[in-house]
Amino acid sequence: MTYVFQFGIVFDQFDRMLAGAWLTVQLSIGALLLGLAAATAGAFVLTAGPRWLRAPVTAYVELIRNTPLLIQLYVIFFALPGFGLRLDANAAALAALVINFGAYATEILRAGIQSIPAGQIEAGRALNLTTVQIYRLIVLFPAVKTVFPALASQFVLLMLGSSVVSAISASELTAVSNTLQSTTFRAFEVYIVATLMYLAVAVAFRAAFAAIYWAVFMRERGR
Amino acid sequence: MRPFGANEFVFILAAIRWTVALSLIAFVAGGIAGTGIALLRISLLGPVRALAIGYIQLFQGTPLLMQLFLVYYCLGLFGLRLDAWTAVVIAYSAYAAAFLGEIWRGCLQAVPLGQWEAAKSLALRRYQILRLIIVPQAARIAIPPTVGFLVQLVKATAVASIIGFVEVTRAGQLISNATFEPTIVYPIVAAIYFLLCWPLSLLSRRLERRLDVATHSPLAAH
Repeated sequence: MTYVFQFGIVFDQFDRMLAGAWLTVQLSIGALLLGLAAATAGAFVLTAGPRWLRAPVTAYVELIRNTPLLIQLYVIFFALPGFGLRLDANAAALAALVINFGAYATEILRAGIQSIPAGQIEAGRALNLTTVQIYRLIVLFPAVKTVFPALASQFVLLMLGSSVVSAISASELTAVSNTLQSTTFRAFEVYIVATLMYLAVAVAFRAAFAAIYWAVFMRERGR
Repeated sequence: MRPFGANEFVFILAAIRWTVALSLIAFVAGGIAGTGIALLRISLLGPVRALAIGYIQLFQGTPLLMQLFLVYYCLGLFGLRLDAWTAVVIAYSAYAAAFLGEIWRGCLQAVPLGQWEAAKSLALRRYQILRLIIVPQAARIAIPPTVGFLVQLVKATAVASIIGFVEVTRAGQLISNATFEPTIVYPIVAAIYFLLCWPLSLLSRRLERRLDVATHSPLAAH
């Protein structure tokens, strides 16, 4: 093998890659928070909401879960301007990630809520709590505890999947790597470093979720 | 610039075969390799297990797009000249092997330990236990999540368009660039994926429900 590895070129530009990785993290966390908010509403509608609202929410969940993130991104970035809604690359990327994660999280939360024994909800009703109070005080906490691991792994999939937003040249880690690759011609070095950065972010997120799970659900909850 | 007409529509439809072909090839090749990964993952030898865990962590902890880039641009460094097809097939098979290996590992370990002990007391060897006792029971549990993964795989093939592999997404892009009609093209592409994936999702859910009933029936409890 005659190829000589030159990682020096990559490390000269390391701060640019770090900036890209930081945007990846920001996009993912933004999608997590906004997506969870949407999912909480969505799961509430699916399990207790008015019947006429359930069909559109189900349609949203099924539509998103059965099409690729990349196509959702293209529809938002390339097709929506035809309807007068023009977003810049980073905003379109965030919108696609929120919509995508929102659908998966709705389905996961719905499953968690439906795993709560009916007796607990009936008990809440017997105490004259309103539906919203029952959800807030009785249902949500154990439901989230049950599905927390599924939510965490779905989130890591989303963070890794966010690399496709480079296709509309949002400026996250993959897009930065593409730019570096095309200016330095050091494809292997650039991509292997980027891959390791993604791996580090994934490992860090998994550790963070394990810590959150422990802190919120496992610790002895004193009064 | 040309208008979006029947020819353009047919061009996108015709590309479905490449999406389907890539999904199926990766599914079969990944399934064969994934069987190996699952078996290594439950090996009695620690280092062998660690190897399988490392493989799974690596492929589940990095973006598919990066795996594609590394295979496509970088195996060339080692003297292998790869065309897009070979590179994409290698990358997707390796990706599918990691996910299927982990799914099937879970299914193998879901078979109650008593089954292992009973088989051992009958003096069966480890490979006999796996082949005769464990795998047939695990296979039943494995069907719904495996069909579910097939949906994930079909959707994942869209990423191959980024390195220029022509399947439905890339075909849509080409037509969109030629007609300047992304408003028409991308919803059509989305609809195609939906029609490919939705039946599989429904099937996976139905199989899961049937299995659920089977394992929770009062007869199965004993």
